[in-house]
Amino acid sequence: MSLSVRDLRVVFTARDSKVFAVDGVDLDVAPGEVVGLVGESGSGKSVTLRAIARLLHANATVSGRVTWQGQDLLTMPEEPMRRIRGCQIGIVFQEPMAALNPVLPIGLQIDESLVAHTTLDKSARRRRALELLDHVGIAAGATRLGQYPHEFSGGMRQRAMIAIALASSPALLLADEPTTALDVTIQDQILRLLLRLKDELGMALLLVTHDLGVVAETAERVVVMYAGRVCEAGPTAKVFAHPRHAYTQALLRAMPGTGAAQAKLIPIPGMAPRLDAPSPGCAFMPRCAVSEPLCATTRPGLIVEGAREMACYARDRL
Amino acid sequence: MRAKLPLIAGCSLLSVMVTAALVPGWFMPHDPLAFDFAALLAPPSPEHIFGTDQFGRDILSRTIAAARIDLQIAVFAMGGPLIIGTLIGLLVGWFGGVADAVFGRLADLVITFPFLVLVIAVVAILGPGLINMYIAVACVGWVVYARLMRGEVRVQKAADYVAAGRVLGYSTSRILFRHVLPNAIRPVLVYAVTDMALAILLGSSLGYVGLGAQPPEAEWGVLIADGRNFFTTAPWISLAPGVAIVLAGLGFSLTGDGLAALLDVKR
Amino acid sequence: MNRGAWLLGRLAQIVPSFLAIGLAVFVLARLLPGDPVSAVLGDRASDATIARLTAQLGLDRSIPVQLWGFLAGVMRGEFGESIAYRVPVTRLIAERLPATLMLTGLAALIAVVAAVPLAFIAALRADRWPDLLIRSVFQVGLSTPIFYVGLLLLTVFAAWLHLFPVGGYGEGLGEHLWHLFLPACTLAFSFAAVLMRSLRGAILQVLTAEFVDFARAKGLRSQVILGRHVLRNALIATVTLVGLHVGSLLGGAVITESVFAVPGVGRLMVESIFARDYPVIQALTLVLAVLVSLAFLVTDIVQMWLDPRVGR
Repeated sequence: MSLSVRDLRVVFTARDSKVFAVDGVDLDVAPGEVVGLVGESGSGKSVTLRAIARLLHANATVSGRVTWQGQDLLTMPEEPMRRIRGCQIGIVFQEPMAALNPVLPIGLQIDESLVAHTTLDKSARRRRALELLDHVGIAAGATRLGQYPHEFSGGMRQRAMIAIALASSPALLLADEPTTALDVTIQDQILRLLLRLKDELGMALLLVTHDLGVVAETAERVVVMYAGRVCEAGPTAKVFAHPRHAYTQALLRAMPGTGAAQAKLIPIPGMAPRLDAPSPGCAFMPRCAVSEPLCATTRPGLIVEGAREMACYARDRL
Repeated sequence: MRAKLPLIAGCSLLSVMVTAALVPGWFMPHDPLAFDFAALLAPPSPEHIFGTDQFGRDILSRTIAAARIDLQIAVFAMGGPLIIGTLIGLLVGWFGGVADAVFGRLADLVITFPFLVLVIAVVAILGPGLINMYIAVACVGWVVYARLMRGEVRVQKAADYVAAGRVLGYSTSRILFRHVLPNAIRPVLVYAVTDMALAILLGSSLGYVGLGAQPPEAEWGVLIADGRNFFTTAPWISLAPGVAIVLAGLGFSLTGDGLAALLDVKR
Repeated sequence: MNRGAWLLGRLAQIVPSFLAIGLAVFVLARLLPGDPVSAVLGDRASDATIARLTAQLGLDRSIPVQLWGFLAGVMRGEFGESIAYRVPVTRLIAERLPATLMLTGLAALIAVVAAVPLAFIAALRADRWPDLLIRSVFQVGLSTPIFYVGLLLLTVFAAWLHLFPVGGYGEGLGEHLWHLFLPACTLAFSFAAVLMRSLRGAILQVLTAEFVDFARAKGLRSQVILGRHVLRNALIATVTLVGLHVGSLLGGAVITESVFAVPGVGRLMVESIFARDYPVIQALTLVLAVLVSLAFLVTDIVQMWLDPRVGR
């Protein structure tokens, strides 16, 4: 296992309330593997990703263990952690327009990554930057290096951000909704780019998304999150063909173009759960169509069956 | 809590000062005009806590006596620009068009002139003195208020209650003065409180260079100017009035900051 | 739009704004009540004297002719003759202007050098004691009138410790700087307070920006993140403020020069008021406003240089 997350918890403390955004998440990513982390907004998937890279701000309290190639990232001092970030572990955000600094040229934003993690001299760094742009499919790299983010199109900005994340050939890429902000046609290009790069560079990919279609297309394994917890995990094909958690099933039924041919789309009723006062039972229960009395009082534990894990009393009735 | 602490501090400072200005007798240890030839330029002592000036007058008593003038400056130097600016801002914000365009140009032009320089230039033409200083500040200072008010009025103009008032057939002046004005004026009033701190600084500065309050009127800037010839030998002369200015300025700016936070007014 | 064209357009705006300033000064001088001639001469001057001064000030001509004469003079850089000094106003101002420019420039430099690191300390320790201390000191600074700061510095550093001269300007650049150091600190104090306040707010806001998180995700050192990503964006917000405050710096210079007896245009202005030297007052008002509008221009150019989005 190159990345292993055990019992990860993140609590956000506001003035007089606590939000349990991530509440005991276990997660593994093997070398070269693509893992999809799915869930609705507010399910804690993006927070999980940022907690792994220790990018959360001071209002977040993180506990649990995040092991990367034998080292615990959460207890590591800041300086070695900095050397891992952007070097062994690359990170891509959702909104390239917000993530790229608007007042610095793209070339500088690639270059500073190389300065931070390599010993290359100026001309070698420039060559590497051009190579990276070429790699992510940005033509005319020499002129592009001097341009600013606002001179790029949305898709090109996302490519540039990926180029930055790949600057020092990471072994793991954490991608936080990398296609959400883009047009549909561009989304597909970026996904294929990520998969191609993964194959060429042999890196692992943890892909956070709310889009099951993206997961179906790319991920070997899927982890489904709800209300800060993992509700189901397993090989993508198996989970999609036969979900073993009521929430996964509901998600798949709410998604067009998958599942049984021409099956009716069924939206999930109700609202996302409140995270400031967790219920003792299953968080999905109020919205669940197949719940039983036990669900309201006792939270179902995560059960391992072969390559699959699920936390649902109705796992065998679905 | 964040809003309340500055507000409480500011209001307490101000209430002490206002009381001192209204009933100076409660606070003054001596007659501010009484000469004491036994204690000329006396350093601070239990008898004269902040010392005496070159005529043996008690500095603390003189400072307290001056509070009335300085607080009057704070009110008048803020009030003129407030009234003129609010009215102009209300009208150009509401009616827009040519008047608004002219106002925009004029406002840009006025901010090109350094505020103090323009006030001094107007005082130069009118002649030194408190009344002329008020006129000068009103001539220059209205722009800030008008800009603030104009922006708020434009926001209010789009509000539902304005449309409702029109449907009910209210006259424009009724809508403007009974409805828009009270709703739009909050940020303006909050700014006005902070502006009183600036007014005190301006008033005492002009007093110090001799363009504001004229001796024998006791004003803090004038008191400090009186003592400037003795600042090497008797530096305490300027201590009490200086501290008074700082405290008054703090009182108004803390109150303003506190009000802004309390009423959620953006600065 | 091309940035060169934007810059040319911005430069072209200077001409109408100078004209507007000239017009405003002219109107101001005539609109306000009060007769310069009788103010200068008093009540008991002879008719001949009054007529001579009226002619000298050009007040015997019609308003349009006066306006034309004034604007034409301004374009040639001629403002008439000083009543008090009996020399051309232009020469008088040219002699006095360098001291003021050096004073305000030095003050701006001191304020920036002090405010930038303090703003970073305050923002990075927001709401903890370094922040509270820095903000309290500057809160007091904002409530202290310039002349009082000046008197305090003068008392402590010049009169008691004899580290600096009590006033004046000296001879040669080195002496100028030495003489102007205390006045510049005086003038810098309230400006640094305004600057610190705004920069602290801007830094706090930039720190929450996504690109700062991404910069951390790239594994950049925190010095690089703060010095490059945060500072640059916070400066863009602050540069405008600095430009807007050149006016208060020049206004403050009037007071500071009076306290420290610096022979600059500020002190000249106050002297001219007491001497009822109208041509000088009028010309100085105009020159200071022109300086401010030049400062606005420089601000815009710096803004364009810092922010690639401007002018495109």
